[in-house]
Amino acid sequence: MSTLEVRNLVKDFKVRGGLRRSTLRAVNGVSFTLEAGRTVAVVGESGSGKSTVARMIAQLETPTEGQILLDGAPIGRRGRALAAYRHQVQMVFQDPFASLNPYHVVEHHLTRPLKIHGVARGKEVRPAVHALLERVNLTPPELYAAKRPHEMSGGQRQRIAIARALAPGARFLVADEPVSMLDVSIRLGVLNLLARLQREENLGVLYITHDLATARHFSDEIVVMYRGDVVEQGPSDEVILDPQHDYTKTLLAAAPEPSRHGRLRGEVRAELAGQAAAGYEVYPATW
Amino acid sequence: MTDRPRLTLRLAGHGKLVVGLAIVAAIALFAIVGPMLTQNPRSSDNPALLPPQPGHWLGTTSLGYDVLAQLAEGARGSLLVGVVAGSLAIVLSLVFGVVAGYTRGWADEGLSLITNVMLVIPGLPLMIVVASYLQVRSLWVVALILGATAWPGSAIVLRFQARSLRNRDYVSAARVAGERTPRILLVEILPNLLPLLTAQFLFAVVLAILGEAGLSYLGLGPNGSITWGTMLNEAQGGSALTRGAWWWFIPPGLLIAVLGCALSLVNFSIDEVINPRLRQAPAAARSVRKARKAGLDITAYDGGDGPAAVPAVGVSAPLGDEPREKVQA
Repeated sequence: MSTLEVRNLVKDFKVRGGLRRSTLRAVNGVSFTLEAGRTVAVVGESGSGKSTVARMIAQLETPTEGQILLDGAPIGRRGRALAAYRHQVQMVFQDPFASLNPYHVVEHHLTRPLKIHGVARGKEVRPAVHALLERVNLTPPELYAAKRPHEMSGGQRQRIAIARALAPGARFLVADEPVSMLDVSIRLGVLNLLARLQREENLGVLYITHDLATARHFSDEIVVMYRGDVVEQGPSDEVILDPQHDYTKTLLAAAPEPSRHGRLRGEVRAELAGQAAAGYEVYPATW
Repeated sequence: MTDRPRLTLRLAGHGKLVVGLAIVAAIALFAIVGPMLTQNPRSSDNPALLPPQPGHWLGTTSLGYDVLAQLAEGARGSLLVGVVAGSLAIVLSLVFGVVAGYTRGWADEGLSLITNVMLVIPGLPLMIVVASYLQVRSLWVVALILGATAWPGSAIVLRFQARSLRNRDYVSAARVAGERTPRILLVEILPNLLPLLTAQFLFAVVLAILGEAGLSYLGLGPNGSITWGTMLNEAQGGSALTRGAWWWFIPPGLLIAVLGCALSLVNFSIDEVINPRLRQAPAAARSVRKARKAGLDITAYDGGDGPAAVPAVGVSAPLGDEPREKVQA
């Protein structure tokens, strides 16, 4: 059983404002364990540090403190050890309009990871690219392989980004708000695709999101973050159905609930104001 | 019939590009073919200071050189200097700009420091000092000097652009995929800099051609070679101006100006490709002007008065405009 363990992760950013220098603690002591075949969701509002956690796990940022362990061993940060880590852990970015190079065709985006990680060589590459495209439901693959990012819709682009992350044969996938930039009507399709691939590959998925409903539906464990701190952590249903922390309750209250559709805005705001008394800033949804 | 308006439309959109490229192509063709069709530019067998006439279409110099032949040979020299110096400048600005922008820490600090120092060193005096140090200056040496002093401006621009690109998600994605830094620079970042690089290259070429002309005019140009700059220098030395030999100094001067103008036109159209808003700018300004003039026009049409109201608008619009602008200010 392969595991990706995060222990007491801390990230400080240096903030320069004129002559003053200060540090901003974006992530303060986050710990969780990601197992193959399971999904951990990290939820929180914008600026809660959840994306920084994702970037640290993808080794785009170096943690200030704390450890990341792959199968119990501290991960390598340079050279071959880093390449080996990238072979195991891949990432899907939030914005599919930004994460694909506008200059290159789809084939380039998928060919590179295949070649870098030695998954396919020479004549095998093209069939491998086509197989990847078929796995993310982009058929006929010949058509999509020749396209450039701007010729595709947001959902199609995110499928390309997912295919790219799958290309090295990774066992862990970090999905940083994979559907937040997509049209609501296609979000479920992309999420179901991720869930299916997870089952097929027995992937461990770290699902970063601000959407509690999909977090509960797609993940086994939920980590709730607020301003860098983990305020609540546990099995999904427990966190959603029996929230212990005030912030989690606030988040739940702010989420739209179809069954309570038609409540007056004032009613909701009063409810949220009660939560806000606990000291959390609340942005009431206006629907 | 259907094709003609479409073609003009297409040309209307890229008029600057078409005109610029046509002039550049014509001058390049002149540089390539011209020397084969004209007489030896170094033969002084001709009568001195002949005005333009059949046989010597641009006349001769005080030493009996054929001006047209010199102009064609000079086109070769000037273009060679321009292209070599422009290429060198762009390579240097790539190294100092893109590498500095992509890396962090000491490499960035060091490269930026050199760039900033080079930026504040005044270019032309430096060129003069270096050029006067060297007793033997070939065309290539002059091109190297010009190229080595022309890069810091574009390096600064490239550095900021690369800094912005390095934080793009697709660069992060390439890093997560396991791409190595040189490949990220060359394959992921560089293609997205191409329009900017092209513009900077053309600008560097113009600068180098002008710089070469300046150096040569001061007598610090390449010795033994003919360029438009050395022609101007000789025209000055032969007091072409006082003798009224306009055919000696106007053609090289004019060609320098026309070539610079043409390359700038190409540059402008590249700018418009990078930033499509520029293309709409003239049209937008025009519509704003129209709207201002039509300030009362709109109400007139609302009232259904039609063309009858138009003359009155022309008179009253300037009066009506002023107070409105004051309110806005």
